[in-house]
Amino acid sequence: MQLPSWAALGPALVLALTALVLLGLDSIDPDSTHSSALAGISALGALSALGLAGWYLLAGTGQASTGGPILLYGDALVVDGMSLFFSVIFASVAAMVIVASYDYLKGRTYQAEFYSLVMLAATGMTLMASSNSLASVFVSLELASLPSYALVAFLKRNEGSVEAGLKYFLIGAVSSAVFAFGISLVYAVTGSLLLSDVASGLVDAGDFVGVAGVGVLLIAGGFAFKTASVPFHFWAPEAYEGAPAPISAFLSSASKAAGFAVAFRVFVEAFPIASVVPMGIDWPLLFAVLAVVTMTLGNFAAATQENVKRMLAYSSIGHAGYALIGLAALSQGGPNGQVMGASMAHLLVYGFMNTGAFLFIALVEHWEVGRTFEDYNGLATKAPVACTAMTVFMFSLAGLPPFGGFLSKYALFYSAVQGGFWWLAAVGAINSALSLFYYSRVVKAMWIEEPSTPFELESKPVGLYVAVMFAAVGTLLLLPGFGPVVETAQTAATALFA
Amino acid sequence: MIIEALIAVTFVAALVVFVAPDEVAGRLAAALSVLPVLGSLYMWSSYDAAGNALTGGSVAFETMVPWLELGGYTLHWHVGVDGISMPLVVMTTILTSLAIFSAWTPIDDRQSQFYGLFLFMEANLLGVFMALDFFVWFIFWEAVLVPMYFLIGIWGGPRRKYAAIKFFVYTNIASLVMFIGFAALVFGLGDSVSSFDLPAISRALRGGELGSLYGVSAETLKAVAFVAMFLGFAVKVPIVPFHTWLPDAHVEAPTPASVVLAGVLLKMGTYALLRFNFTMMPDQATAFAVPIAAVAVLSVIYGAILALAQQDLKRIVAYSSVSSMGYVILGLIAYNTYGVGGATFQMIAHGLISGLMFMGVGVIYNTTHTRMVGDMSGMADRMPVTTGIFVAGAFGYMGLPLMAGFAGEFFIFKGAFASTVHASMPLFTAASMFGIVIVAGYLLFAMQRTLFGPFRLDTDYEVTTAALHETVPMFVLLLCIIALGVDPGLFFRMIQDAVNPLVGGGLP
Repeated sequence: MQLPSWAALGPALVLALTALVLLGLDSIDPDSTHSSALAGISALGALSALGLAGWYLLAGTGQASTGGPILLYGDALVVDGMSLFFSVIFASVAAMVIVASYDYLKGRTYQAEFYSLVMLAATGMTLMASSNSLASVFVSLELASLPSYALVAFLKRNEGSVEAGLKYFLIGAVSSAVFAFGISLVYAVTGSLLLSDVASGLVDAGDFVGVAGVGVLLIAGGFAFKTASVPFHFWAPEAYEGAPAPISAFLSSASKAAGFAVAFRVFVEAFPIASVVPMGIDWPLLFAVLAVVTMTLGNFAAATQENVKRMLAYSSIGHAGYALIGLAALSQGGPNGQVMGASMAHLLVYGFMNTGAFLFIALVEHWEVGRTFEDYNGLATKAPVACTAMTVFMFSLAGLPPFGGFLSKYALFYSAVQGGFWWLAAVGAINSALSLFYYSRVVKAMWIEEPSTPFELESKPVGLYVAVMFAAVGTLLLLPGFGPVVETAQTAATALFA
Repeated sequence: MIIEALIAVTFVAALVVFVAPDEVAGRLAAALSVLPVLGSLYMWSSYDAAGNALTGGSVAFETMVPWLELGGYTLHWHVGVDGISMPLVVMTTILTSLAIFSAWTPIDDRQSQFYGLFLFMEANLLGVFMALDFFVWFIFWEAVLVPMYFLIGIWGGPRRKYAAIKFFVYTNIASLVMFIGFAALVFGLGDSVSSFDLPAISRALRGGELGSLYGVSAETLKAVAFVAMFLGFAVKVPIVPFHTWLPDAHVEAPTPASVVLAGVLLKMGTYALLRFNFTMMPDQATAFAVPIAAVAVLSVIYGAILALAQQDLKRIVAYSSVSSMGYVILGLIAYNTYGVGGATFQMIAHGLISGLMFMGVGVIYNTTHTRMVGDMSGMADRMPVTTGIFVAGAFGYMGLPLMAGFAGEFFIFKGAFASTVHASMPLFTAASMFGIVIVAGYLLFAMQRTLFGPFRLDTDYEVTTAALHETVPMFVLLLCIIALGVDPGLFFRMIQDAVNPLVGGGLP
């Protein structure tokens, strides 16, 4: 039996439908206290989306083996290996975040709104990965962003949360404007918003190459915001620190990956290296500079933090720098599919280890033991299992060998070397080695330091534990199981360049 | 499949112990640690390989399945043992198991975590000695550091945090240097290898397949890679002047961890030197023979002199390890059957003897709460059994015939004297022999002051005889040492068989 072609958007549809069901339930019974029902429905939605995306990915939907990308709605959306790969990341992060939120939100109001906003944001991200026209890129980007602003400010009696939400919203609005202006300039030059038409339109840009160049620059700015890269990174520490920790996890893992998904597609499809670089629009160079600055700045800022959540926020900026190698180490005739695929695989591994780390922060916030490194002292004596998971996340983020992060970083740096960008790999490797310093501080505090005042942890919340352990097992299994992941990612990325 | 089973059982044991209640963790860990011992003894008894695993010899209990593909290189899950790794595997399981028994007394806090980490470390150590693919090997290699970092950092002495981070940083930087050196070699091999399989790489390198990389000529690349890898492993061994992390780590580590640190972790360095530098690039080893022999002799003499100057019993044993490891390097650089085989044998012998010495120091410390030579004397009166075993072990260290240390050092000296690597080798050998004299000097001096003479103790503790779970492991180790001294062939036959293909030919 052949499914109708719109069914290829299944993951996005399931996520959107779940959001609507949640809103519907909320309008029937606004004062509902059935938080487990709400969390259950959302988790079911996220897991179904994950299952669908995983199934399509394995079945070869939209990939070369079954007839290539599936174009929908006047080519505005596309389903291919890349969009499905990223859908897997979004759906698994969303599932972990929802399960963790069940405990985090206990006793709070507006739970249905919370879950439906998460679902809507996830829908937006999935559509971002499928966008094939600058118009759908912009719309889906807003669909992902607007719920995020509200989610960051969700703790509305908490000053930090509200301030973070406002800051995030203001910078987000500015960068959306920048992005939209960039799109309009590109449209002015090429006369189209479809990525493939933009590419062919650019070929005879003639005297307007400069305008197109400015447009590309502004569009890159929009992505820098979404991926928390320099120069639009400064919202991230504020927003991640102030937001409820599960939302920080969601934003720093899924939302960042969504930014990369759309950047990968837009730059490769609309501004092909072969035609635009000779015109003087050398965007790989731009991203190379951004990658070096982003990873270095993120790392050094992370090393000076006293607050664990803020350290993770800066580390997340640093990881955006590593992932940018996927755009920076591209060249005409180079092993581009390998490079971008390695970056995608790293984003997937990152989705597990970083989400896990932020969810551990959520667990600590739930216990109310404090936020600084000192407050974490001796935590392992009270909660050894959770602290083991956090240790896995920290060492994996640092790229130590026994965990998934080692292979994904190795694949990334190695592909950069293969592409001839050995200096980019060297900067990455040095940064990665230095990052062990601040990641191991968390480990040291939890396991080795003595607590300054004795404390007790009153509860072991099941949902948070499940989510954290799921992320930890994922991070561990991605070491032996990295092969199929990187292979899928590199095949999908290679198809994009074809 | 036995190798997978061995590693898996040890990992599962670690996990079970980690979540077990503290009260039973020690006993549970000891019971479970017997399983890998039995497994490794079974492997030893049914061992049937011949030749060297890296030069085309047959490999016992081999498994090779593709794991993943990265940029044109296939990584395999490739494990197996040959005559060099088999004895090390047996020693690792026995020493770890005995160290766990000896930990019952000193470890009185967070036991389940301690024993869980201990078994986790054992599993990774076994992986290091049995892996035959670079990535598999490197993952186990690095994974050993993590539990050791915690063992020192949590259960160590007063300066444990400093010692743990120093150990972690030193060895991690060393690993990075080594990793880059090896990766450059593999990329330099170009199309002649398509995997990180150690036997394949070894054959290609020995077959002279190395090409230029980024305009660097094959010869330069090889020399640079050799030096990078040598430095990386030298930290682990440790060779003077990269030894400074060792005394700190040893002194601060809890005694059971010191036992494994000296007994097994240091052997990772010499094992890797043998497997990588000396097996894959014998020509470079010969070219660098003089500087390597010089640092070997320097380690022997300088380590012994440093040991002579110490007042802390544990520090004495720690520095004497630096000295003993110097002999191993000397044997490796001699590059003949007795030299390399003796070096491998000495790894086992030193592992057992230094383990015994650390246990002895630990038992004395557990009851006196001091390790300072000046703080006590006449312990033989109060702890006759412990003292007896300790003295026997010390004599093993000094190279008393019919004990394992004698056999190891004798093989090394015999090989080094006959070595044709460089004309000055007999000179270096003669110089290194002074190390033995110094070792005998400081061990006898320290024992005379602490163990014999009238009883005196400057701390406020009642000295009691050691418990059975403290003396029995020491006694078992002593039996192993004597068994290997009486019949070195127990291990030396398979070692010799694996070393011969490397150095070309049989015994001189």
